[in-house]
Amino acid sequence: MIRPTASYDLSRRGLLALSAGFGMTYFASPALPATAASKRKLAVIVCRGAMDGLSVSPPLSDSNYLALRGPIAIRPDQALRLDADFGLHPKLAGISALAQAAQARIAPAVAIPQRIRSHFEAQDLLESGGAQLYGVTTGWLNRALVSMTPDRRVGAISIGAQEPLVLRGPAAIDSWSPGGRDGGDLTRVKATLADLYQADPVLGAALASGLATEAQAQTMTQGQPIQARDERGFATTAGKFLSEDNGPSIAVLSLDGFDTHAGQGAVNGQLATRLAALDNVIAGLKAGLGPSWSQTVVIVVTEFGRTAHVNGTGGTDHGTASTLILAGGALKPGGIVGDWPTLQTARLFESRDLAPTLDVRQVFKAVLADHLGVDRRALETSIFPDSASAPPIANLV
Amino acid sequence: MSLPSQAEISGAVAVGRFGLGPRPGELAAAVADPKAWLKAQIDHRGADQPPGALPDSRDRFLAYLALRADAQAFKREAAAAAEPGALTAPDPNMASAAAIGQRPLERLKAERRAAQRPLRDAVAAEILARAHLAATTPAPFRERWALFWFNHFTVSTAKPAAAVLVGPFEREAIRPHVFARFEDLLYAASTHPAMLMYLDQERSTGPDSPGGLRRNAGLNENLAREIMELHTVGADSGYTQADVTEFARALTGYSIGIPRDGGELAGRPLYRPQLHEPGARTVMGRRYPDTGQAQARAILADLAASPHTADHIARKLAVHFVADDPPAALTARLRSAYLESGGDLAVVATALVDAPQAWDRPPTKFKRPYEFVISSYRIAGAAPGDADHELIQPLTAMGERPMAAPQPNGWSEQAGDWMAPDAIVKRLNWSAAFAAAHAPTDAPLQVADAALGARLTPQTRLAVMRAETRPQALTLLLMSPEFQRR
Repeated sequence: MIRPTASYDLSRRGLLALSAGFGMTYFASPALPATAASKRKLAVIVCRGAMDGLSVSPPLSDSNYLALRGPIAIRPDQALRLDADFGLHPKLAGISALAQAAQARIAPAVAIPQRIRSHFEAQDLLESGGAQLYGVTTGWLNRALVSMTPDRRVGAISIGAQEPLVLRGPAAIDSWSPGGRDGGDLTRVKATLADLYQADPVLGAALASGLATEAQAQTMTQGQPIQARDERGFATTAGKFLSEDNGPSIAVLSLDGFDTHAGQGAVNGQLATRLAALDNVIAGLKAGLGPSWSQTVVIVVTEFGRTAHVNGTGGTDHGTASTLILAGGALKPGGIVGDWPTLQTARLFESRDLAPTLDVRQVFKAVLADHLGVDRRALETSIFPDSASAPPIANLV
Repeated sequence: MSLPSQAEISGAVAVGRFGLGPRPGELAAAVADPKAWLKAQIDHRGADQPPGALPDSRDRFLAYLALRADAQAFKREAAAAAEPGALTAPDPNMASAAAIGQRPLERLKAERRAAQRPLRDAVAAEILARAHLAATTPAPFRERWALFWFNHFTVSTAKPAAAVLVGPFEREAIRPHVFARFEDLLYAASTHPAMLMYLDQERSTGPDSPGGLRRNAGLNENLAREIMELHTVGADSGYTQADVTEFARALTGYSIGIPRDGGELAGRPLYRPQLHEPGARTVMGRRYPDTGQAQARAILADLAASPHTADHIARKLAVHFVADDPPAALTARLRSAYLESGGDLAVVATALVDAPQAWDRPPTKFKRPYEFVISSYRIAGAAPGDADHELIQPLTAMGERPMAAPQPNGWSEQAGDWMAPDAIVKRLNWSAAFAAAHAPTDAPLQVADAALGARLTPQTRLAVMRAETRPQALTLLLMSPEFQRR
C-alpha cells in the first residue's frame, strides 16, 4: 500500500523545484471560475505551544535522529511508515491512513519568516502573515476573505471560544463553540438588544452572527450537546458548517498544550495525548465534511519547532523548523513538501534546531491561490506583504 | 433629567474601570471623592486573602505527590488488566465487578477518577473563594490590582502538575507583594513551587554541577526565557538566546523540597547547591560571579531595575486599566513613577490614580469574562455559591476558564479576543440564567442607576424600564453596551 515517493535530495532538489514552481504556478494556472471555487473548503488547525515536528514525523532514515532524541525518540519499529525516510507518530493513525490514500502529506522543515523563539510573537507572525513582527495587525485569512469579496460570497468560521488573530480584520467572521446553552426563551431580549446595539461598533453584528450560527448548530447537532473536551465532536460540527449549502469556505481551529519542555514522552505521554487529539480533529472534520472532503484542504501548522536535542528534563526547548501537515481530498499526490535539511550538527540552525527549508507562507500562498482561487496580485501585496522571497509551491492542489 | 456632574462621571469611572463594578451603595460612596476612595485601597500589606482555611502549597504539593504515585500504580495495574488473560485472572474483586457489568480496566478508570476528585475539588474551592472575595470586597481596586499581577505572573491549571498549586501561588507569592517593590514580587513569584513546576524549573540541572555530572541531567530554559520575555524586560528589549541560556544556568538549583529532604522542607522553595551550574554568568552584558543562590537573585534584581522592565510594566498597566491602545502620556507617567520609586508598586498605583489620562478616555475596555461575571454579582448584591456550575462551566464557555490560562502570557487584554460572535451569545445565555436566579427585588431602574450611574445611557434606561420582568430587565442591563465595557 505504500506509495512510492521521490527520495529527498538534501541540497538542491527542493530549491530547484521551488524556483521552477514559482514561474509555472504564477503564470500557468488560470483563475478559477467562481462556482468551482466556492465549493472549495479550507480548514486551518493551529497547534499552539510549538509542536515537535521531530516526533510528529520522525525522520527514520536520518542517522542522527535516535542519538539526538534518546528516550523521546520514536523508533522505526514504533512509527507508522510514511515513506522510505519518514514515519508518523503512532497516535496519528488516521492521518497515516489518509497518507496511504494520497490524502495527506507533510512538509518536514517549515518555519515562519523571522527567527523568533517567543511563542506569542511567533504565533502573531504566523497568523498575521507579515514578513516581520509588528508589520501587520490583522490576520492573513481575513485579508484573503476581503480580497475574495465582493466577487463571491465567501465566509469563514472560528471554532472555539476565542477568535484567533489569523481570522481577525475587517471582514466579518462567524464563530461557534460548544457548551453554555441555558438561556431559556430570549426572543424579546434579543430583539431589544438588537436595538440597543444599533450604534455599537461591534456588538450588534457579533450578536446577530452568533445567534444565526448557534441556531444552525442546533439544527446540525439535532440539539445534542457537545462537550467542550470532545475534540472529535466539535471538529465534526466544524466540518458540517463547512459542508452546508452556502456555508463558510474557511474554518480555523486551535489546539494547545504542545509546549513540552519536560516529560514530553514518546509513544505515550504528554505529546502523544495531544497528537491523538489532533488525529481526532482531522477525523472529525472529515466525518463532518462528508462528500465535501474531496474538495477540502486541511493545513496543520505550529509557530515553531523544538530543539533537535532532548533537554535535561526529558523534553525539548524552543526551536525553529517543524512539521506542517497537509490533508484533504483536494490534495495532489506527492512526497514530502520541501527539502530535508538533515540533523547533522553542521546543518542545525544555531547548532541546536532543525533548520527550515520552507517558508510557511509558501504553503499558505499555494493553497490560497490554487485551491481557493485567491487573486495572485492580492496574494503578493495585501495578504502576504513583502513575500517575494516566499513563492508559492507548485502542485500541492 | 439634568446632566451629570464631573464628580458623578468620575465616580462611575472609578467603580467600573479601576474597581470591579459597584456593590449596592458603593457608587454613592465613590462619587464623594473618587481619587481618595481609590487611594484608600492601596495597602502596603498587600491584597486581601480569599475567605476560608485553604491549604498552603506544602499540603497541596504533598497531596499532588501522593496522587502521582497513585497514577503510576494505576498505569501498571491498567497495563496488567489490558493484557490478554486478565479477564479470567482470579482477582477476588472480579466477581462483583463482573456482576455489575464492568471490565477490570473500566473499574480501574472509575477508581482513578474517584482518586482525582479531591484535587479537582481543591481547584474548585480556590476558584470559589477568590470569586467570593472579588464579588464582595469593599476594596475592588485593590482586588483588580492583585488580579492584574496574577495574570502578569501566570501559573495555570492547564498544566496538571501545577494545577493544585495555582491557588496557593496567588495567595502566597502574589497577594502579599502587590504593593511592595516589584523586585520582591518578582522574586516571590519566580521561586514559588507553582512557578517552578509550571515552567519546568524544578528539575533543571547544571550539566557541570555535581548532580548533573552524576545523573546526566541538564538544563531547562523555559523559566529563564519567560521571566525575561513576559515578566520583566520584554521580548523587544534586545536580549539573545545566549542571555536566556546564561540566565537558565544561573537559575539551576532553584527547586522544591520533597519529603526526603525532611518534613519541614517538603513543598517549600528549596535551593539545591549540588544542581547549580558552577561559574560566572553574563546576562545582557553584565557579569555575575558565581555566588550560588545569590547569582540568580542578582540577575532578577537587575532585570527588575531595568528601564525596559519599567516600559513593559507601564504599558501593560495602561493597557489593562485604560485602553487597548493607551495614550503615550499615561505610559510615560507610569514608567517614571516606577523608575523614580525603585519599582515601588504602591507609588505606581498612586500615579495611575493621579494620571488625568486614566480618567478622560471613554470606556472602551471590553470586560473579560471573569470581570463581567464578577461585576454582575456585585451589582446584584450577590455572591457565587457553587464553583462548578456558577463559575467554571460558564466562564469556560465564554473563553476564560478560571485559573486556567492556556499559555504563560496569561489572558489577553485586547477586546478583539473576547468579542467573537459566539462569545457574545454565551454572555447572553449566561446573563439570562444569572438574572433568573439573582435579579434583585429593587426597582430595575434603581439597580441600573446604582450599577452605572452617570454612564447609564438613555437607550439602556428605556430598555430596562420597558422590560416585562425583573430578570429580563437585569439581563438587558448586563448585556448593555456600557455594562460590557469599563
